[in-house]
Amino acid sequence: MQVNEYKPLIVAFCCNWCSYAGADLAGNNRLSYPDNVKIIRVPCSCRVNPMFVLRAFQRGADGVILCGCHPGDCHYTSGNYYTRRRMALLFSMLDYLGIERERTRVEWCSAAEGAKFAQTMNEFTEAVAALGENKRLEDLRCKE
Amino acid sequence: MQRIGVFVCWCGTNIAGTVDVKRVAEALKNEPGVVYSDNYQYMCSQAGQDMIKNAIHEYKLTGVVVCSCSPRMHETTFRKTAAAAGLNPYMVEIANIREQCSWVHKDMEAGTEKAIILGRAAIAKLNLNTPLTAGETPVTKRALVIGGGIAGIQTALDIADAGFKVDIVEKKPTIGGKMAQLDKTFPTLDCAACILTPKMVDVGQHENIRIFSYSEVTDVKGFVGNFDVTIKRKARFVKEDVCTGCGLCMEKCPMKKVPNEFNLGLDNRTAIYIPFAQAVPKVATIDPNYCIMKKTGKCGLCSTVCTVGAIDYNQQDEIIEEKYGAIVVATGFNPISMDKFDEYAYSQSKDVVTSLEFERLMNAAGPTQGTLLRPSDGKHPHTLVFVQCVGSRCEACAEKGKEYCSKICCMYTAKHAMLVRDKYPDTEVYVFYIDVRTPGKNFDEFYRRAVEEYGVHYIKGMVGKVAPEGDKLMVQASDLLDNKQLHIAADMVILAAAIEPDESARSLATMLTASMDTNDFFTEAHPKLRPVESPTAGIYLSGACQGPKDIPDTVAQAGAAASKVIGLLVKDKLTGNPCVAESNELMCNGCSACEKVCPYGAITYVDKEFRMPDRTTRVRRVAQVNPAVCQGCGACTVACPSGAMDLKGFATSQIMAEVDAICK
Repeated sequence: MQVNEYKPLIVAFCCNWCSYAGADLAGNNRLSYPDNVKIIRVPCSCRVNPMFVLRAFQRGADGVILCGCHPGDCHYTSGNYYTRRRMALLFSMLDYLGIERERTRVEWCSAAEGAKFAQTMNEFTEAVAALGENKRLEDLRCKE
Repeated sequence: MQRIGVFVCWCGTNIAGTVDVKRVAEALKNEPGVVYSDNYQYMCSQAGQDMIKNAIHEYKLTGVVVCSCSPRMHETTFRKTAAAAGLNPYMVEIANIREQCSWVHKDMEAGTEKAIILGRAAIAKLNLNTPLTAGETPVTKRALVIGGGIAGIQTALDIADAGFKVDIVEKKPTIGGKMAQLDKTFPTLDCAACILTPKMVDVGQHENIRIFSYSEVTDVKGFVGNFDVTIKRKARFVKEDVCTGCGLCMEKCPMKKVPNEFNLGLDNRTAIYIPFAQAVPKVATIDPNYCIMKKTGKCGLCSTVCTVGAIDYNQQDEIIEEKYGAIVVATGFNPISMDKFDEYAYSQSKDVVTSLEFERLMNAAGPTQGTLLRPSDGKHPHTLVFVQCVGSRCEACAEKGKEYCSKICCMYTAKHAMLVRDKYPDTEVYVFYIDVRTPGKNFDEFYRRAVEEYGVHYIKGMVGKVAPEGDKLMVQASDLLDNKQLHIAADMVILAAAIEPDESARSLATMLTASMDTNDFFTEAHPKLRPVESPTAGIYLSGACQGPKDIPDTVAQAGAAASKVIGLLVKDKLTGNPCVAESNELMCNGCSACEKVCPYGAITYVDKEFRMPDRTTRVRRVAQVNPAVCQGCGACTVACPSGAMDLKGFATSQIMAEVDAICK
């Protein structure tokens, strides 16, 4: 690894039923995406508390992406609708606080869309990398 | 403090090829709570599992982290391993270092780094795990099959033969589906009706099977083992239990100009009708859109001639509610509309037909009694052109066709071509194709017979345009192997239309919360290992609703789905999912925010007495979760403003710990 190469840290929350399976499918099909994307499994995208997103930024994440089932396809019927509304609110607030829009994203990805998952992660990483490091919310006290 | 054992799997070279597993095991040794860390070639093998069991005993482990493939693959395996060694199965966490690490990254250094971080996150989560015990729910010993084609029929028969009650819901007036419309079947040239109708009769007479024909599923609630399903039985204006199916009403009905759906509109039927002679149930249905009595109130002829008094013009839709333990989706397919493929002149000439229409034209029970006649003028056709892949494998024209291969067209076209040449040796038959795909038992032999024995002209190339000229159809096509343009004056053109899932599938999937792919085919739980189960527990897939399939594959899948259903229904109790929401009553302020977002109505409010610091008691309204109803989505945990609601197994503190570990 080159020392100077900047790699943004991306935290991806994936719902167990669609997007986590989509990520697995990307793996099955050997569709590569940057290794700086780290996936956390949640039962449904609606399990993602806005606090988790804030925490990630505080701890030095450069981008946070939430992936859920397509609207209408939620395993729990309506979870992703909550996600959509909650995150729309949160992201606009974060934007106000100086966390650029490009650093946050909600994406729908079904269990059959491995290619879409990989592509989304590639695009998102690129977009975040273009912005550089997240300094705005990072809490340096958290660093060892 | 936990005593955690870490087990890093090589998965042969699948993981070890991109991840330095030994380094991962070494690095994770120093994480908080870890007392043991090791690696092995195949953790899921017997030896690997024994290694985990031994370590649990030897090091008195309280939790296990396995760095291996996706938890969707082997979480259950390792939970069972832990349970066998006396550990609570929910004290196991999986770090997905195969699907989401070694398989998607190529650089050893980066892959190893990521694997360490993923392992660290799993350890951080496990440190906060608590043992969980799943509750038990009873199983309703009755299955629902949605769709009464060959897939639904076979599934229902197999389940019923095992001794369980089955209901079939079919939206058409009769079961039978597409197979009932076929003439012969490839590659054996069995007559479709001869092999299907005995099965239909079996279904009709089986003591364990009820058929709800002319009915639709309108609502599904509940979960595996305990589905509450609402079925709408549409009014057929004929008493089903009284009608004998004698057909006298059809003879007398004055409205004889209704396009016959069973023959795809190639001929007409009456307003009161039985779709075909072998229909099950053999009961007449009145089509209210055409019935003169229903439209004007004046006629009533069928009621007069019916000797048993089965006609009831005032019949209403009936709503029934029934409980089921398992649901099988067998909604099948339809050929796509040819509206957008006007280059083949489908809308301009009656002699351009789809393959399914051609099937009816060749069928002895069809509009022409099996004599091949041109639909336009009833003459005998001499030159027939078959066009393959109309709308299939259409990556460039995705807006009007489908990207996938419809799988069955190559074979049924070979069958059609062969049957035509067999019956009418004076004909010339051309087949235009992109590729001929014949993977299947005796399929290629069948195709070669069509070419070699029956002299069908197979030409590699696509048809560019079909233009009606006089009573001929001018077909312009390219021969790619000879590199020349062909002009054929054909009498009939037969289009192998792509197939798509039935239009009811999408709304059904939403009701069942079963996932679908972008083409509206139902997704299976695992493409290889769980091909007949939906990811949603208790929902099974049979036939072409899951992907294009021929009859042998459909029947095989139907039997497989049935065996899965039987495996579920023989159980008296199901172990539920212990990862459900839980409210901390001391923190709950009774605001009802969680109740509003719960999609299952699992949260109720109770008045509870609390002792206050001044030793008085006060009654407060607090949330309570019904663990048997909660499905564990976690919507309530985020809605709760006071942080009283948490999700077991995915607790706020656990996910926070994962975030922290990843962002270190």
